[in-house]
Amino acid sequence: MRRYSAFAIAREGLRYHTGWERAWASPEPKKRYDAIVVGAGGHGLATAYYLGKNHGIKNVAVIEKGWLGGGNTGRNTTIIRSNYLQDPSAAIYEKARSLYETMSQDLNMNVMFSPRGVIMLAQTHHEVRGYQRTAHANALQGVATEWIGPQRVKELVPIIRLDGPRYPVLGGLWQPRGGTARHDAVAWAYARACSAMGMDIIQNCAVTGIETEDGAVKAVNTTKGRIETAKLALVVAGHSSELAGMAGFRLPIESVALQALVSEPIKPAMDVVVMANTVHGYMSQSDKGEMVIGGGTDGFNNYTQRGSFHHVEETVRALVETFPMLSRLKMMRQWGGIVDMTGDRSPILSKTPVGGIYVNAGWGTGGFKSIPGSGWAMAELVAKDAPGPLAAAFGLDRFREGRFIDESVAAGVAH
Amino acid sequence: MLILECPYCGIMADETELTPGGEAHLKRATVGSTDDAFESYLFDRKNPKGVHFERWRHSAGCGKWFHAARSTTTLEVYGTYAAQVSEPPKELVAKIKKKCPGWEGWQ
Ligand SMILES: Cc1cc2nc3c(=O)[nH]c(=O)nc-3n(C[C@H](O)[C@H](O)[C@H](O)COP(=O)(O)OP(=O)(O)OC[C@H]3O[C@@H](n4cnc5c(N)ncnc54)[C@H](O)[C@@H]3O)c2cc1C
Ligand SMILES: [Zn+2]
Repeated sequence: MRRYSAFAIAREGLRYHTGWERAWASPEPKKRYDAIVVGAGGHGLATAYYLGKNHGIKNVAVIEKGWLGGGNTGRNTTIIRSNYLQDPSAAIYEKARSLYETMSQDLNMNVMFSPRGVIMLAQTHHEVRGYQRTAHANALQGVATEWIGPQRVKELVPIIRLDGPRYPVLGGLWQPRGGTARHDAVAWAYARACSAMGMDIIQNCAVTGIETEDGAVKAVNTTKGRIETAKLALVVAGHSSELAGMAGFRLPIESVALQALVSEPIKPAMDVVVMANTVHGYMSQSDKGEMVIGGGTDGFNNYTQRGSFHHVEETVRALVETFPMLSRLKMMRQWGGIVDMTGDRSPILSKTPVGGIYVNAGWGTGGFKSIPGSGWAMAELVAKDAPGPLAAAFGLDRFREGRFIDESVAAGVAH
Repeated sequence: MLILECPYCGIMADETELTPGGEAHLKRATVGSTDDAFESYLFDRKNPKGVHFERWRHSAGCGKWFHAARSTTTLEVYGTYAAQVSEPPKELVAKIKKKCPGWEGWQ
């Protein structure tokens, strides 16, 4: 792999950009791999990357039914934060956030991580208490967050209206080192690094069946033939129930649509990420100038990657209330992704009833921020056949044992 | 927008008038059930790609719970029916079978 650098840009500039290589190879699948990852989203690619980097397992294939990063990884609103309430969540999300800080250097590709800061607005007294509690919990967990009052919110976000018609802004939970990154670049950077380690990324290849023998995985059947493996990581987000079904077990997951939209580009107006969970909307401004907007999920099971129009209306209403200047903006694009929801709104990184099969799913509406931490923890689980400290609390056994990691109250809305 | 016919008041109700209630016809675990049965009743879901039987409530209408059969891949609605049953009506199952020959059945 030829490294990207300022010199490379200068060199290519002088020879009409004829020397750039393909970022990753597109090989045909081999007969057998030491490990197969299903799903080339951020989580699958990061799992493969850390399998190679941290555990020396490089005879790995990542199998993707569409194009890499074309699932939720390429459809999300890229908010990165780690201000969760429960200790296991804070640990894995903060690991991820800290890996984002050095990701561009580590992977030699600019993922445009922008730690511009994230505010979660408190607009009811219940939320005030909730976020103050989270700020205290974060202090104990070593995650830098701070409770701020309305005047500080206004300083950080001059376009905000503090005394909205329904819910005045009473303060907020501020994480200065949260922010955004470029989602496609995260997928591409991991893919390029995996390919450079000799791993095979096989796109346009759907897994259609899973073969087991004596309670352990033997092979996967794909649209490009049968491929043997002793370790199989299922990292397919909204499609997890389908893959689990192929291996003969069920998951505590339901798939629903979550959607987002962007406005026409405007001049810089807001340089932090704002989430307003009570009125149900959140917004950041992309480097291109578009306002990137998201809201809630649809409540019913859905695999169509579309969203309901009334949710767009609800989200835009909430944001116009909070940022009156938005009322004149045109919305340019809207899209949806299928997210994998668990009952406690926490992910699953776990062994499964089938030997050699591991599942990484349930990130739901908020798993872009966790990609590097999740890949790190998942690689350890797959390599050692046992979870390390980051993954231990996220096993499937927590449902049976009632050990929930309840973030549904803490997160309120998507991500 | 999803539109379901409420089997009680006969209204074609918009999604905004309705509240989804998740997978239907779950076998309730109770006193004496195994841990496995409790776990699967409380948490494990079919979450199928295709025909889904589910519970809905006409929350901004008559307020009653009812059932719907719907495709999660096309959003086609096959039919709605009353809440007081433990399995879908035979005619509805037959109608869906005819429409989706590959379908493995409601259980
Ligand atoms: C609109 C929207 C906004 C969001 N906003 C945020 C946010 O601001 N911050 C945040 O942290 N998170 C956010 N999320 C959530 C985040 O996008 C996801 O949690 C995360 O991207 C999941 O990554 P993944 O790698 O697990 O899944 P994906 O990126 O979906 O990858 C799974 C891959 O598996 C493939 N696959 C499926 N079935 C098969 C098969 N049978 N064979 C082979 N391959 C298969 C799919 O094609 C897909 O590419 C948002 C999500 C959406 C939809
Ligand atoms: Zn009714």
